[in-house]
Parts: sequence; structure tokens; C-alpha cells
Amino acid sequence: MISAERIPNNVNLSGNKRLLRALEHWQPKYIQWWRDMGPQGFQDYHQVYVRTAVSVDPEGWAHFEYVKLPEYRWGIFLADPTPDRRIGFGDFFGQPVWQEVPGEFRNQLRRLVVTQGDTEPASVEQQRWLGQRCPSLYDLRNLFQVNVEEGRHLWAMVYLLHSYFGRDGRDDAEELLERQSGNRDKPRILQAFNEPIDNWLDFFMFTMFTDRDGKSQLMSLSESSLDPLSRTTRFMLTEEAHHMFVGETGVARILERTCQLMKEAGFSGDVRKLGGIDLPTIQKHLNQWFSLSVDLHGSEVSSNAASYFANGLKGRAKEETFDDHLVTSAVYNMEFFEEGRPVGREVSMRNAMNEVLRDWYVGDCAAGVERWNRILEQYGFSDRLRLPDRKFNRGIGMYAGLHFEPNGAPLSRQEWERRKYEWLPSRADSEYLLSIMARPVYEPGKFANYIAPPRRGINQQPIDFEYVRTEH
Amino acid sequence: MGHATTLPIGFETHPHHYKHWKLSVDGPIATLSMDVREDAGLSPDYRLKLNSYDLGVDIELADAVQRIRFEHPAVRTVLVTSLKERIFCAGANIMMLRESSHGLKVNFCKFTNETRLAIEDASQNSGITFLAAINGICAGGGYELALACDEIILVDDGNSAVSLPEVPLLGVLPGTGGLTRVVDKRRVRRDLADCFSTLAEGVKGKRAVEWRLVDAVHPTSQFKDAVQKRARELAENSGRQASGPGITLNPLNPTVTESAITYSAVSLAFNREKRTADLTVHAPSGPQPASPDEILRAGDQFWPLRAFRELDDALLRLRLNEPETGTIVIRTEGDRDTLLAIDRTLVAHETHWAVHEIILLMKRTLKRLDLTARSFFALIEPGSAFAGSLFELALAADRSYMLDDPAQESFIALSPMNGGRLPMSNGLSRLQGRFLAEPEKAASLVAGQGRFDPREAAEAGLVTVAPDEIDWDDEVRLAVEARAAFSPDALTGLEANLRFAGPETMETKIFGRLTAWQNWIFQRPNAVGEKGALRVYGQQGRPEFDWKRT
Repeated sequence: MISAERIPNNVNLSGNKRLLRALEHWQPKYIQWWRDMGPQGFQDYHQVYVRTAVSVDPEGWAHFEYVKLPEYRWGIFLADPTPDRRIGFGDFFGQPVWQEVPGEFRNQLRRLVVTQGDTEPASVEQQRWLGQRCPSLYDLRNLFQVNVEEGRHLWAMVYLLHSYFGRDGRDDAEELLERQSGNRDKPRILQAFNEPIDNWLDFFMFTMFTDRDGKSQLMSLSESSLDPLSRTTRFMLTEEAHHMFVGETGVARILERTCQLMKEAGFSGDVRKLGGIDLPTIQKHLNQWFSLSVDLHGSEVSSNAASYFANGLKGRAKEETFDDHLVTSAVYNMEFFEEGRPVGREVSMRNAMNEVLRDWYVGDCAAGVERWNRILEQYGFSDRLRLPDRKFNRGIGMYAGLHFEPNGAPLSRQEWERRKYEWLPSRADSEYLLSIMARPVYEPGKFANYIAPPRRGINQQPIDFEYVRTEH
Repeated sequence: MGHATTLPIGFETHPHHYKHWKLSVDGPIATLSMDVREDAGLSPDYRLKLNSYDLGVDIELADAVQRIRFEHPAVRTVLVTSLKERIFCAGANIMMLRESSHGLKVNFCKFTNETRLAIEDASQNSGITFLAAINGICAGGGYELALACDEIILVDDGNSAVSLPEVPLLGVLPGTGGLTRVVDKRRVRRDLADCFSTLAEGVKGKRAVEWRLVDAVHPTSQFKDAVQKRARELAENSGRQASGPGITLNPLNPTVTESAITYSAVSLAFNREKRTADLTVHAPSGPQPASPDEILRAGDQFWPLRAFRELDDALLRLRLNEPETGTIVIRTEGDRDTLLAIDRTLVAHETHWAVHEIILLMKRTLKRLDLTARSFFALIEPGSAFAGSLFELALAADRSYMLDDPAQESFIALSPMNGGRLPMSNGLSRLQGRFLAEPEKAASLVAGQGRFDPREAAEAGLVTVAPDEIDWDDEVRLAVEARAAFSPDALTGLEANLRFAGPETMETKIFGRLTAWQNWIFQRPNAVGEKGALRVYGQQGRPEFDWKRT
């Protein structure tokens, strides 16, 4: 039975008949989906120390308790309304934001919400086997925290579909549970969400790079002229920050351990003999997930992006930092690649909005990689991790089908086929990672050999706290 | 508006030269796979993304369909699909439409419509069934291409949909028969068709089947097998009788100069300062192939096939490359009796696949003439060869003038080919359409199979007027000059209204209703004005409409 008590919310759920009816139908399917496609082996006999959002004020979303995952209280929260909020960009600039979906933009908005919504359950599916290979209870708990929050983000998008898009929205909400990551017949919409995540290096890179794409998408949607979408995504951003924390510190802890092992071994090549993860392997996974996530920003020149901007549906990250919110005559100098050579050309700025967002994203990633490199520096190594050029390994946009080295130098197809595993994880790399992760670490305070412990625990608990309890 | 396409456009191609399609033939199944090269549009001003198409892409499609009929008699089923993963076809390229002149847009739509009708002609009259296998994005013209096929299979991947997004996204119509075929051919309920045609993202999965928009959906893992299986079933149930070696369609190789295009049996000479052209068809002489074997040996040099292919090419070049040439004077020359002998051969062997295909090609070419927005006047002079099949040119013309000079022998002649074997798009023969007030007359004229001298022809209503030798020069000159002086738009409307008297068919609706409305919308500020939907789509801002309805 649906009740406002079981579903923490600030949307007056108990007084909203339409939403109650829709959720009554949807919620059992969601729980079934979570059991089928959520964390495998951690449903009924484990209690996880997770944070549950019970309101949007700072204490309210830092409420910690032990719960069995299927009993997690997924809630519906919108950030507090901004009084007299105005549309911040595009052709409706300065007009009051919309509280209802205008019929004219119904399909475009639906598409945006469905595409965003599709990624949320997808990542839970991608990560469902990771619990069996975890490096510690601390990491296991972080994985589940990420998973339940991705689940909540799905709820957030479903709330929008149920509340604002009528019968079609309800159908879309069901389809969000029917598509499955990597399923040949009903794949997830975006390709990065169909790639398997079966080792923890992939997981940390995913939360670092792909969740960061989530962040840039959410930032651009939080500028939306549709106020409920803006408020929903603003609150999601507070949770997304934790996911990137998990990714960035996860890789940092692996790096730290790698540095320690390199000190022991003498150099990176022998780190594997000591059961660690060598720098080239880390770099390859970085290359893989960065390039997949760069693809998620869409085509460089996009009529959809222009239309979203014009209609105020999806803007730029931190729109208020720009001077020109109409962008009717500005141009973007874009690098095209024609007949093997880069050619600079001007593109109308509105059509280049995906690239504008990608610029922001690449900058944000670069800052994170800088922080990783400080660890190498502290340990006295001259090796550095590097973000590949954005042309590298692209499947979407104007570089798709062309081939480049991570430094951006063009390559022939044959060269690429011959050399790609110098830059991307090979089967042997994956097998190696799985081999060192084969035995999960479930003992409080213990960590797998390839990763250093964190600096501190969760919610001021000690590092050897029992973050996941097993019932006997 | 710019000229997005460089003139002149050529209409001949060959599978070896295709840039956008792959044609492969495996026994009874031909596979036509779309794989549009982004950078190989007719103009460098746009890129053909997502298997979107321009006229160049459609010229290859038309060529492929034609070659399957003539060169591959063993083919029973054509599988239309795409080589691009998760993309079937995104329809006509929007940038191309936006940048094209009005005339180019109209002729692009007309040609693509004719190509789709040629697909349906191959299905209805040659027993070649077409199966569309939609493996991904299928929007606008992409779905209209599928609609031209006999059956449509859509992949059920939770994402791929069929759609006609023209109204909601572009403020124009699905102009390649989409609206007509949805309700007339697939018999989708009109209210559902209304929903479908205003839903930008289209309809997918089970609902697409329920609404009759597609015939079946299959999940990705079973899609290819299901498509192959259905293609084999369709091939087994085909009524096509053809077999043996085909007829190779070789290049036409016309001589093209500044002032004329000259083929072996057809010539088109331009008088540009008068905005007129002389279209002349030369009848053959001497013995002609008289049996299917002889026809197959003659191949594409068999006169009717050769002459009508040439005529077809000339009409297309006229439409696209000579926009200001508004009045066309049609003449014929040569031996009437040879023409009538050829007609007898065609009729005697019309059940042979190759003869059958030749007659159908003649029919399509004459329809192309009916649908060409230029004024046609036939001049029937002594020594001309308006007999049987070629007399259809005079019947297709807006007016015909026959010189009545007692000093010179002059005849026109009918043959059984005029009795319904070369119907117009409304299903009537040109004689039936001409004599709507006298329903028995067409049949009795053909049954008589007589020759008509100028007076008899005028009396029977087979020619417009028959001036005598004293009046002839002035009469003809004045008529042509007067015609060339009228508003070209008014003439287009006038001719399109008068040429197609009689019943409606899906085909006449496509050209007379859908295309006419589209051409109106294409001119309106709501589509092509500074803030029109077609103009601003995907660029700066939203359309601004003049909200007044008529």
C-alpha cells in the first residue's frame, strides 16, 4: 500500500490522487525490478548502513540507519521553490517559469526526462554483481548508497512522468523498468549504460566520469523553464556529489596503494606481481570511461540542443555565470575534422550547446585528474594520469568512425585496430582485475590488497565500523 | 533562398556507382540496403546524417527498383533495410529542403513520389513484393518509404518508433504520400492517424501494430531471422512469372550541348529566349523483333524500351535542369506502320515477363509526362508518327494541332495499346479520360483500329484543332507564344486540374491533394518565412506563426 509515511516526500503525496494511483501501480513493479536487477545477493539477509533522504533540509537528507535494501524508503523530493523564479535563457528569457508542462513542449520534455530517467536504473543494473567482489565493507556500503540513490533518482524522474505527462508518462515510467542494461532486445537508451561494470576499477571510473556527466546533465536541467524539473534535479545534484566522491576517492585510494606497491616493487610494471593495479591499467580504464562519458553529451552540432535551449528546456551548467542568455547571434569556434585534417569553423552557438556543456565537463574532469596526480607527486613519482583528447574513441558525433590516439593524433583504421589495447582495457586486463577481486572482503576494517583504506569513515563512524551487517 | 544543388542533375546511375545504397541479389530475394554517405549529397551545403536523403539518394533507389525489374527476373521479393546500426532512415534532409528553391523542393517531392509509386507498381503489376525491415530510427520520409512497401516489420527494442514528425517539428506535411498511404493503403483509423501525425516521437512496439502502422514487431535478437523468414515466405507466394536472363539497362549516352539533348530516338531542343522546347520522338523503321526471344536478344535496344527510357530521362532533365522552359512542343517522326507492328508484338506477348515490364515502363514514363508541370502541345504534321503507343503523347498533351494539308498525306492511328494498357494515375486510359461524356467512345474507337486523317481526327475529337496549310503557321505560333506568356503558376494549376478528370485513386490523391497542399505550405511564411517552422527548425529559436486559419 502506498503511503506518505513509507515514501518520504515534500510533494504532498497523500493529497495527490493522481500520483497515488500511478505509484500504486508502479511501486510494486519497481520493487520487483530491484529484486531482479538490483544488487545480487544483498536483498533479504543484509542490513546496510545507508543515508535516507527524509526531507530537503541539511539534517533531513543526512539521516543514517540500517535497512534491508528492498525496504529502503525511496522518497520524492524537490528542492525548495525559488520565489518568483524567471526563465533564465532562450526565447522565453525573463518570463515566469512554468509550473505545468506546456503542450507545445510536452514531447521534448518527455524525451529529456525519459533519457535522464533511463540512466538511473541502468547503472544499478550494471553494478549488480559488484557486491560479490567488494574490496571492503566500507566500499560495499558506498556501492549500495550509490545504488539506492540512483533508484531514488529514478523515482524523481518517474514522479515527473506521473505528474505531468498523463497516460504516455505512465507508459514511459513502466518502460524505464522494462529496458535493461546490456539486454540485446531492450537495451538502455544510451550506450555507456549498456557497458558491463564488473570490476571495481570500472565502478570507480564510472562514478568519477559517467556520474559526472550525470552531474553536468542535471546542472543543465536544473536551469530548466519547467520548474518542477528544475527543482527535482537540483535536489538530485546534492546526492550526485556523493557518487563522484565515491569514484574520485576510490581511484585515489587505488592510486595510493599502487604507489605504495611501486615503492616496494621498484616500478609500475611489477605492481601486478604484488597483486596491485599498475598505472597503465588505471590509465586505460580512465580512457575508456572518459571517452564513453564524453559521448553522452551528444553530437557537437545538434539541432535538438539548439531547440532545447531556445525553448528554455535545458540550458548550460551555471547559466547565471554567462553574460548573454539569449545567444541569438553568438558563434562557437569548433574544430571539424575533414580529409584527415582539423578545420576550424564557426557554428551557431545554440547548435553548439552540447559542446558548451562538454567543455564544462572536460574542465571538471581535468580538475579531478589533477587531484589524482598529486598523489603520484607526493609519492615522488614522475608518472602522471592524463585525460585523453576528446576525439579519442568516440562513438557519437563528428569524430565517430574516425580514429585518434589519446593525444588527439589521427590514426588509420588498421593502426587503430592494431594498437587500441595500448589505450583501452584488453580482455587480459579485465581478467587480471577479476582475478584480484575474486575474493570479496567482508571483514570490518579489512581492505583488499589493491586499495588503500579511506581517510575516514562514513557519518563519523570508524573505518572498521560494520557498514553492512549480515543476518544469521 | 539559395540553390542548394548544382545543376545540371543527371538521373542515370548504376549499382557500381551507388554512393548510398547496396543492392545484393540472392536467388529470389534482393536486398536494398540504405547506407547514405553523409558527405556525398548533391550539394556540399548539407550533410546527409542518419540516412537522411536528397534527390541523389532517391535517384539511386529508383535505378535499383528499375534494374531489379529488368535485370533480375528471378527476384520475387525485395527487402528494404539499412546498413546503419539502429538507424533505418530519418527522411528527407531538412537542411537540403530549407536551402532548396521552391522548384527544386517540388520536383524533389514529385520524383520521390514517383519512385515510391514505382515500387508499388512493381508489387501490384509485376508480383515483386517489398518488405521493409525497420531496424531503428524511422522518421518522415523514412516511414513513407516503408509505407510504399507491402509489409513493414519494426524492431521492438523499446526505443525504435515509426513517425511522421513533419507537422509538429517542421510545420509542413509528410509529402511523399505518407498521409495518404496511412489512411488509404494501410487503413489506419483517421483519428489514430491524426494522433500519429502530430506525435513527434512516433509510435513504437505493440501499439504500432495495433494502430496498423506496421505489420509486425520483433525483438532485436529475433529481428533478422524473422525478417529473412518473412522475405522467404513472400518470395514463395509471389505471382511473378519471370525467369531466365534479364535485360541489361546500359547507359543512354545522350549528346548534350548547350541547346539540345539528343538520344537515339528522342531529342529535346531548347529555344531559351522563347522559353519553349521541341521534344521529338523518332519511330524506327525496318524489321523489328517480333517474339520474346528476339526481344530479349535486342535487350535494351528494342525500340519501345530504348525510346521510353530516353523519353523518361529527357522529362526528368527538363523538370530539374530547365525550370524556365515552360512550353514543350511534341513532335514525332518516322514510320507509323513499324510502330503499329511493334504494338502488335507487345500486345501478342504481353504475358511474357519482359514484354510486360516494357509496357509497364512505357506506362510509367507517360505518367511522368502527365505529371510534368509544363504545357505540352502536340504538333501532328505530315510525316509524323503519332500511332498507337506514340499517339499517347498527343493524348497526354494539353492540346494537339494536326495540319490539314490536302497536298500531303497525314494520319494518326490507334492500336490496342491505346485501349487501357497505358493507364493514367486515375486508372483510366487517356482516351477514356478524354471522352468522359461518352463512356462507350474510347472502346469503340480502339476497336475500329482505324487511321484518321485530319478531318476525321478532329471530328472524332482525337485532336484539338486541324488548321489548314494557310492558317497552320500562324495558328501554331500564336498558340505557343500565348501559352508561354501566361503566369507559370496559373498554368501549373490549370493543367493539373484538367489533365486528371475522372475518378480518384491513391495516386491522384497523393499528387492532387497531398502534394498540392504541401506546395502551398512550402510557400507560406509559417513554413519558410523568416520565423517559419522549416526555417528555424534546429537553429535559432522557435517558429512564429500567423495564427489565422483559412
